[in-house]
Amino acid sequence: MKNKKSNNDSITIVTGVIGSDVHAVGNKILTFKLEEAGFNVINLGVMVDQEEYIDAALETNADAIMVSSLYGHGEIDCRGLREKCDEAGLTDIPLIVGGNLVVGKQNFEDVEKRFIDMGFTKVYPPGSDIEEGIEYLKDLLKVQKS
Amino acid sequence: MNLLTADIGSTYTKLTAINTVQEKIIATAIAFTTIETDVLEGFNKAYSKIKNIAPSFNYDKLYCCSSAAGGLKMVAIGLVPELTSKAAKLAASSAGAKVVKSYAFELSPDEQIEIQNINADLILLSGGTDGGNKEVIIQNAKRLTEIEGNFRVIVAGNKSATSEITQIFKASNKQFVITENVMPSFNKLNIEPAREKIKELFINHIIEAKGLNRLQEMSENDIIPTPLSVLMACELLSNGTSDEDGMGELVAIDIGGATTDIYSIAEGKPTVANTIIKGLPEPRSKRSVEGDLGMRYSLSSLRDEINLESLSKSAHVDMGIIDFWINRCIDRPESIAESGSAEQIIEEYLAHSAAKIAIERHVGKYDLVYTPLGETFALTGKDLTSIKTVIGIGGVIVNAMNPIDILKSVEKSPEDINYAKPIGPDYLIDKRYIFSSMGLLSKDYPSLAVKLLKGNTVKIN
Repeated sequence: MKNKKSNNDSITIVTGVIGSDVHAVGNKILTFKLEEAGFNVINLGVMVDQEEYIDAALETNADAIMVSSLYGHGEIDCRGLREKCDEAGLTDIPLIVGGNLVVGKQNFEDVEKRFIDMGFTKVYPPGSDIEEGIEYLKDLLKVQKS
Repeated sequence: MNLLTADIGSTYTKLTAINTVQEKIIATAIAFTTIETDVLEGFNKAYSKIKNIAPSFNYDKLYCCSSAAGGLKMVAIGLVPELTSKAAKLAASSAGAKVVKSYAFELSPDEQIEIQNINADLILLSGGTDGGNKEVIIQNAKRLTEIEGNFRVIVAGNKSATSEITQIFKASNKQFVITENVMPSFNKLNIEPAREKIKELFINHIIEAKGLNRLQEMSENDIIPTPLSVLMACELLSNGTSDEDGMGELVAIDIGGATTDIYSIAEGKPTVANTIIKGLPEPRSKRSVEGDLGMRYSLSSLRDEINLESLSKSAHVDMGIIDFWINRCIDRPESIAESGSAEQIIEEYLAHSAAKIAIERHVGKYDLVYTPLGETFALTGKDLTSIKTVIGIGGVIVNAMNPIDILKSVEKSPEDINYAKPIGPDYLIDKRYIFSSMGLLSKDYPSLAVKLLKGNTVKIN
């Protein structure tokens, strides 16, 4: 898949499951689909600290950070990521987050608003279609690159 | 065939005479290093001592290594501290350099002055994965051209930045070479090409600058940095050859006047269940150099990191005596403690402390993480808990009253919950100081070198 040439080739995305979350399957599927779509994916795996996303994005000059969380503590784990990115000089980097982000069943609109207020660019609810996210990324980053 | 090896140290020149047919060490001798005037004076003095022991000995081949005149002083520069900066430091250390300091992100004016004062022989410049960030490495190349000094730069960073960096260095009068990235893609270590370049530059340029060319003229083999030779000996003793079995995974410790060096030849895979590996993967042969932990030239920084009051209480040595001795050693590095004296107790406590801090920086660390699926561990670095062989090399350990007390500082104790230090290893010492010498033979006489290393590394527990 990696040899497949596509116009998304030069776009680098950092992915990983944040905090103490060890759910590895969705992360692997996401990486597989992103690579298939031609993105250069830096997959940090599970149990990723905020600092690790930032370090990886700095060295690889990434175009976006995609954060996954499935165990309900995403809201706590993600707090402050935007501010740390700003501190590290990654001022405009898109932050995309998705999964089971909060404890219990909560209204998604409320959850989305909370994450947007925390500085995230786009928020996906549980059960979102990966293809939809890929289309979103393509649009977002092509506009930014040109 | 008769072989002679010479290890030109900052203080002593050590010669080892070896016969390849009898497969034994004929004689060893030491003399003061005379690099300030003519390195051959000290060499000849030591050689005449060899001739006194073995009058019929004439060498057919000469092999040399050197850490004299400050050794190979380097500075490592990267982008992120835990990534390319660390990779650059690992590359330089495993090439046998003394990495005085490593830097991350764009260099500040203060750091430029600091680098100028370090007066390094070589600077390893990295930053960015291939195709990744190139702004910082380009900026740092510019900053390096503003620094005065005769250093050479090895560029081992983002390949996409090389043409711009080439232009920057060409426009200034800085000597530079370009090689492969130390971290070509995220978390992938590629230190061999940078290591090779460091060795090449040492042989072609540093030898002459350090006043070793007259010695080089006498030998058909390249003079290499001593720590590189020691690392090669450790690898050889660990791996063995097809004729001679090695000792398996091992750790070696060398405490010197300026630095404390730890060598580990081990995979370092996790030994604890439910472990997730974090951080940059480390090489099987790893050397770490601690420039702030030394028995003489860096004693003031070592003193700052340890608790001398506890020594005073446990060993019943007056604080006044401790302070007096330490200040004396800082002022006069040639000071030697008398055998059995209170000063020797202080010396061994300092050595113990230096080794303890150095091993804790060398080994991996476990962090306990609570997850919804139970306890999980995150390991950063190499897990050396299962290492069964710990070797003390160098005079500080070998000449100590109780070398085992110094070496035991590397062992995992109940309070070291996080550090993946060896558990219950065997302790050995290099009783005839042959590690650097045997590393020099690793290419031409590997089996002989393994045999002599095994025969002269003795167990002390």
